[in-house]
Amino acid sequence: MIRDLFSKKKKYATIPSEEAKQEVPEGLMTKCPKCKTIMYTKELRKINMVCNSCGHHHSLTAYERINLTLDENSFEEFEKDMIAMDPLEFPSYLEKSKIDREKTKLNEAIVTGTGTISGYPTVIGVMDARFRMGSMGSVVGEKIAIAIERAIETNKPFILFSASGGARMQEGVFSLMQMAKTSAALNQLHEKGLLFISVMTHPTTGGVSASFASLGDINLAEPGALIGFAGRRIIEQTIRQKLPDDFQTAEFLLEHGQLDKVVSRNEMRSTLGKMLQLHYPQVNGREGYLNG
Amino acid sequence: MAEQQLSFEKPIVELKNKISELKAFTAEKEIDLSGEIEKLEERLEQLEKDIYGNLNPWERVQIARHNKRPTTLDYIKRIFTDFIELHGDRLYGDDQAIVGGIARFEGLPVTIIGHQRGKDTKENIKRNFGMPHPEGYRKALRLMKQADKFNRPIICFIDTKGADPGIESEERGQSEAIARNLIEMSGLRVPVVCIVIGEGGSGGALALGVGDRIFMLENSTYSVISPEGAAALLWKDSSLAKRAAETMKITAPDLLELGLIDGMVQEVRGGAHRDVDQQAHEIAETLSQSLQELVGIEPETLVKKRYEKFKNIGEINHVSDIIVMK
Repeated sequence: MIRDLFSKKKKYATIPSEEAKQEVPEGLMTKCPKCKTIMYTKELRKINMVCNSCGHHHSLTAYERINLTLDENSFEEFEKDMIAMDPLEFPSYLEKSKIDREKTKLNEAIVTGTGTISGYPTVIGVMDARFRMGSMGSVVGEKIAIAIERAIETNKPFILFSASGGARMQEGVFSLMQMAKTSAALNQLHEKGLLFISVMTHPTTGGVSASFASLGDINLAEPGALIGFAGRRIIEQTIRQKLPDDFQTAEFLLEHGQLDKVVSRNEMRSTLGKMLQLHYPQVNGREGYLNG
Repeated sequence: MAEQQLSFEKPIVELKNKISELKAFTAEKEIDLSGEIEKLEERLEQLEKDIYGNLNPWERVQIARHNKRPTTLDYIKRIFTDFIELHGDRLYGDDQAIVGGIARFEGLPVTIIGHQRGKDTKENIKRNFGMPHPEGYRKALRLMKQADKFNRPIICFIDTKGADPGIESEERGQSEAIARNLIEMSGLRVPVVCIVIGEGGSGGALALGVGDRIFMLENSTYSVISPEGAAALLWKDSSLAKRAAETMKITAPDLLELGLIDGMVQEVRGGAHRDVDQQAHEIAETLSQSLQELVGIEPETLVKKRYEKFKNIGEINHVSDIIVMK
């Protein structure tokens, strides 16, 4: 038939390449893990990585969070060049850290510094779960302790956004002791009468949940964030039954009295601003009031 | 429960059996084999020295987990006088996985707190295998605050696989309970001496571990994750726990070398369970020395030094240093 000459019948089979097989092209589009809606990443960024169809909070990088939280151009970073050592000579730890440094353009799993929110100065720490799952080793512990010391020296409040799988296995007991170090530093902040706001984001578990993240004068969390001490799998293995879906979510913690408030990302900045305002001036607020 | 036989002890057990056989034979047949027996006993002495003097990390883990290993209450009974156990967190319940109370040590009133395991199934169920719930940590904190008020030094015995992982523990705030102990312990105005006597499992152990002095019994362990857990995460195979125990540096000699603990308490040859009285005596000596150093230090100094102690833990590099090194 003459029609066959013009038809576009394929003469060979095409096999989709590995990249094409992916449901969503890396980078360009982002698929919501909760409602499966696919959005342009660019658009999603404009709305602070909060899904516009179900409200799911996608992870933010540390600098995205800082830009979103602090007043423009107010951020000054502390101890940017600290990187991990390998005290246990743990197999492939240094290589993996190096890969994460290249991948994330961060030197470690936390960024700390100082800046202002609604004009109120604060010291801030933001963890980044892309770097070794946000785990806490010597550097993370030290950067948090130094940030707290700076807050004490400069009489500023301290805000920490946690996003971490817990203590970093590859540094063994060094990591474990960072739980004590960060908590002890917070005790000094407490003695000085300074405010600490802990904001738990997805995920905040293990040794991070069981140290500084739970010690805020005010404990906040983002909606849907996984927060808990023991891993879900370990609990399921221990009790030999499946756990409900909402177990260890921010909402679960709120219900059980472990949080002050669940705050959506779009309200976080204004909420923090109000809280800082209520706590300023840090030292002589009451005197100022009494003296009219 | 029968005494556990550890695999690496097999040659010792075999030799011991042989010696007792010979002794029985001597008694029965009235033949003098004392020369033989003496030789074998010398060999046994040498063998014990060789085996127990060169324990690898996994062998120490096995001793730390031995079912006859002395517990907090075994030591309290032997080291202190006038012990009165105090119960409850005043909030929820009385967790049997942590015991605490007041007593005297060399005449000095002290507060004692420790994880408490069981030695058989029945006791282990009562004690939740030494894995505290939040109310256990809150009981410990209550007793610490009480000690602080009455200016009593605090002695903590650490012996747990870890804090209880369960639904109720999460609901009642396991994380907060542990975290609260860390921050509050760091501010205690009385001396705090901590001794790991068995397993020191992660945050659940550290929640009794923020002290001015941290000691470990020679065959105890202290770790951020159990060897089995580490092996499962690292190599997707928990049977590689032996290898993980070596990699993770969890034994007392390893941690002493890394500068993470203040001292190691020597153990009776073959493990603390071989002679609990002697082991208790060794611990008491360590305690006595520490308390002599610590009692009388100004509270402010004590708190400051404790903070510096923990602040100094950590190994850190700087990007700029690396460039210079290159």
